[in-house]
Amino acid sequence: MPDYGFGDYLQFVLSGLSTGSIYALVALGIVIIYSVTGIINLAQGEYTMLGAMFAVTFYKWGLPLPLAFAASVIVVILIGMLIERLTVKPVRSASPVTLIIITVGVSIIIRGVALLIWGATPYSLPEFTPGAPLTLFGAILSRQRLWIMGVTALVLALLYYLLERTLLGKALRACAINQTAASFMGVSPGQMSLLSFALSAALGAVAGIVIAPLTLVSYNMGLMLGLKGFVAAVIGGLVSAPGAVIGGLLLGVIESLSAGLISSGMKDAIAFLALFVVLLWRAEEVTPRLRSLLRRQSEVEG
Amino acid sequence: MLTIEGLSVKRGGVQALREVTLHVDEGEIVSLVGANGAGKSTLLYAIAGSLPISSGRIEYQGQALNGMSPERTARLGIGLTPEGRQIFGTLSVLDNLLLGAYVDYAGHWRDLLGNIKRIANDDSVRERLATVYDLFPILEERQSQDGGNLSGGEQQMLAIGRALMSSPRLLLVDELSMGLAPNLARQLLGLLGRMRDLGLTILLVEQDARAALKVAERGYVLETGRIVAEGTASELLNSDRIQKAYLG
Repeated sequence: MPDYGFGDYLQFVLSGLSTGSIYALVALGIVIIYSVTGIINLAQGEYTMLGAMFAVTFYKWGLPLPLAFAASVIVVILIGMLIERLTVKPVRSASPVTLIIITVGVSIIIRGVALLIWGATPYSLPEFTPGAPLTLFGAILSRQRLWIMGVTALVLALLYYLLERTLLGKALRACAINQTAASFMGVSPGQMSLLSFALSAALGAVAGIVIAPLTLVSYNMGLMLGLKGFVAAVIGGLVSAPGAVIGGLLLGVIESLSAGLISSGMKDAIAFLALFVVLLWRAEEVTPRLRSLLRRQSEVEG
Repeated sequence: MLTIEGLSVKRGGVQALREVTLHVDEGEIVSLVGANGAGKSTLLYAIAGSLPISSGRIEYQGQALNGMSPERTARLGIGLTPEGRQIFGTLSVLDNLLLGAYVDYAGHWRDLLGNIKRIANDDSVRERLATVYDLFPILEERQSQDGGNLSGGEQQMLAIGRALMSSPRLLLVDELSMGLAPNLARQLLGLLGRMRDLGLTILLVEQDARAALKVAERGYVLETGRIVAEGTASELLNSDRIQKAYLG
C-alpha cells in the first residue's frame, strides 16, 4: 500500500463526500417515491441521465449554463410527472412487485429513447466555474466537487423546508404514513403521488447535471447511479430522508477510500458488498418492510 | 342532511351492507349500533367515499355522493374519525391538527408552500385550534409531541380534534370507545353533545350500544349488513329485543 499522508486521506474523504452527495440525491428520490407510493422506483437513475443530457443539449443550443441547468430540471420534472400519469396512475392498485417491474420497464424505455435521440457517443458539460483546483490541508479538490457539495446542501435545505415547514410537505408525509387517513383530511393521494415523482425527478436531474462535468454524459450513465442510489437508500432504511443522505455520503466515502487504498477497479464491487452487509446487518429493519411488500403482493393475488 | 337509500356495499368480496336506508337530520346525533362485523364501519367508509358502492344512493345536503373520492367528501364538509384513530404518528400533535385544516388550503399553492406557522396563525385556524384545545386541553399541552407518543385516549382526542379542524358539518365517528377505559370513553361520548352544540351533526358508530344510545337522539341497529331496528334512542334502549341482544 502506498504511503499516504493526512492530505491524501482528506482528499479521499472529500471526493467521497462529493460523489456521495450524488448518491444521496438519487437515494432521496427513491425514498420519497417509496414512502408516498410504496413503489421502489428502479428508474430513478434515468432522471440523472436525462438531467445531464438535457443540460448538455440546452447548453449546446446556446443557453447559458445556469439557464440550461434550470430548463433541464424543469423538463425532467415534467417527464417524471408524465411517467407517473402513464405508468403508475393507471395501475395504482396493482401489486408492488408488478409496479417495481413496471419501473424497470420504464428505465429500459428511457434508456432506449435516449440512445435514439442522443446516440451512443458520450458528451461533456463544462465545469460550472473552470479554474485550477483548490488545495485544502494538502488535499486537492476540483471546483466542480465544491459545486456538487454546495448544490446538494442547497437542495437538502430546500427539501427540509418543504417537508418540515410547509403544509404541503406535512400532507406528503401524512400520505406516506397513512394514505387512507390522509385522504379523509382532503389530501389527494393521487396528487401526492404525482408530487413525489416530480420531486424525485428534480432531485435526479440536479444530481445528473452537477456530476456531468466530472464524468462523460451518455445514455447509460443512469444505470449505475440508480443502483448506487438504491444501495444508499437501503443503507438509510428505505423510508428515512436523513438516512438516505447519510447512506449516500457513507457509500461515497467507502467507495473513494477503497478506490484509493485498495484498487479503483474494486469500488463498485465494494459498494454492492456494502449492500449485502447492510441487508444482513439491518435485516430486522429492512426485512419486515420487504416482507410487508410481499404480503401486499400475495393479498393482491389472493 | 344525510339520506341513504337502498345502499349495498361489497367489501373484500363479501356483501357487507344490504339495502341500508337511513337518514340523519341537521343537528342530530344518531347512533348506529351493532355487533362486530355488522357493517358499521363499512357504512361510514362508504359515506366518506373510501369504498365503492354496488347499488343505492347516498345524498348529502341534496348532493349525490356516489362515486366521490374521500378528498372530495372532506371538502364538502364531511369529517371522519376513523376506527383505530389512525393519527399520523411521526408528525407532531399540532401538525396533525393543522392537517385537519388542509381542506381549506388544497389547491392554494402559496399557502401550501408557505411557512406552516402562517397557517397556524390564520384567524380561522386559530379559532378552530382554540375550540379543539377547549374541548381537549391536554392536546395543547402536548402540541409539540409526536402523535405516536400520546396515550390511546389522547390519540382518540387528537383524532376527533383533527376531524374538527376541517370545520365539518357532518362528523362520522367510528368506534370512539374502542380500547379506552370505560370512564374516559363515557367522558368522550359526553363531549359529543358539546360538539353538536357547536353546530355539528354527528353519526356515531359504536359497539357499546348503551353508551352510544345514551348520547344520541335516534339510533339504528345493524345486523349482518341490514338495518333491523330503528327509533328514538329511548325506544331502542327500552325495547326488549335490543336489550337482550346488545345491552345484556
